[in-house]
Amino acid sequence: MKGRFIFSITASLLLLAGYVALGDGGARAGAQGSATNQVKVDNFSFAPAALTVPAGTTVTWENRDDIPHTVVSDDKVFKSKVLDTDEKFSYTFSKPGTYAYFCSIHPKMTGKVVVR
Amino acid sequence: MADEIIHDHNRDGIDRRGFLKCMAWAGAGAFCVLQGGVLKSFALGQLDRHPASSLKGELSFVQISDSHIGFNKAANPDVIATLQTAVAKINALPTPPAFVLHTGDLTHLSKPAEFDALDQVLKGLNTSRVFYVPGEHDVLEDNGAQYRERFGKDALGDGWYSFDQKGVHFIGLVNVLNLKAGGLGNLGHDQLEWLEKDVKHLKHSTPIVLFAHIPLWSVYPEWGWGTDDSAQALSYLKKFGTVTVLNGHIHQTMQKVEGNVTFHTAMSTAFPQPQPGTAASPGPMKVPAETLRSLLGITDVDFVRGRHALAITDSALEPK
Repeated sequence: MKGRFIFSITASLLLLAGYVALGDGGARAGAQGSATNQVKVDNFSFAPAALTVPAGTTVTWENRDDIPHTVVSDDKVFKSKVLDTDEKFSYTFSKPGTYAYFCSIHPKMTGKVVVR
Repeated sequence: MADEIIHDHNRDGIDRRGFLKCMAWAGAGAFCVLQGGVLKSFALGQLDRHPASSLKGELSFVQISDSHIGFNKAANPDVIATLQTAVAKINALPTPPAFVLHTGDLTHLSKPAEFDALDQVLKGLNTSRVFYVPGEHDVLEDNGAQYRERFGKDALGDGWYSFDQKGVHFIGLVNVLNLKAGGLGNLGHDQLEWLEKDVKHLKHSTPIVLFAHIPLWSVYPEWGWGTDDSAQALSYLKKFGTVTVLNGHIHQTMQKVEGNVTFHTAMSTAFPQPQPGTAASPGPMKVPAETLRSLLGITDVDFVRGRHALAITDSALEPK
């Protein structure tokens, strides 16, 4: 009885530790800019500036800045309309490769999506 | 108060120290006029004490910039009201301007309703002559087709042109199209070729005024405040005695004198932006409502025939 009791406490503690560890990992991913297929556009920058995704992923850019921006691929593969604050643009990357892009209004803003 | 030339080291009729002193006063609202080679300055509040003839130059015009009609965020929820204040200020100038130059970002999102609203406000100007160059916010989606339809009927290419006024040669350039990833403003080969031809046969004594949206000198490249191929444009103007470059885009006044070229940027009539490197990005800068109008303004430019020409005076919509 006592043995099983200790076992279940240990098991609970281990599970708890496991949840905490997972929680930590989740928080770290969040610090990079929420989910792994989203790019936040804010303060004249793309975050994350470099995003790696598996082929077939749909990436969504959301403009959180108080100025309009665009998302335009250097090689003309994709191009958003002008995104005002809170507007979004999505593109599905079916082919592997490196896709550099920039804001055509403020060309110093650059980013890339690496598709594996 | 009037200052006269004390030091004329370059023997060009300009007391540069006096000129710089005048520019410092200009921030507080001084009116500087060059008359017969003598730089005279008058505090804006005391202009009515001087006879009108002592304030006149030969050519007077006003630069406004970055009206961003359509912008409605916290930095200024009513850009039409502040533009109207600027119009009233222009109409109240002691020397009526011959025309107004708008150095771009007329609208915020290139929408037809925004262009229409701008036209309506500027109809309130006493002078009906307004010349424009587009900003990057005026050429969204259509590479500037709508802008050119409204304001560039007599222009060439992407919207460049030149005209003469009282012997001064004005050149409007477009440096907001065909921007490359990671790049700055861009004039492009065709426009540069046209510029070279446009000024080739002008006399060296012709005062030149160049106006374009993005600064034609390197103000702060990290924030896109510069033009990749402006050096080539300026090389065509080396022979001229006086070149004045008027720009916008950065929503604050900045001035640089380099040899025969005076570079100047104007305040916005919509919202201020931070000074280079003082913020995370060059976006709209929120300030307390009561100080907003002290950071927006117009630029009055006066030219008097002589060896050196233009006196540039910035004044805010409201004193600090």
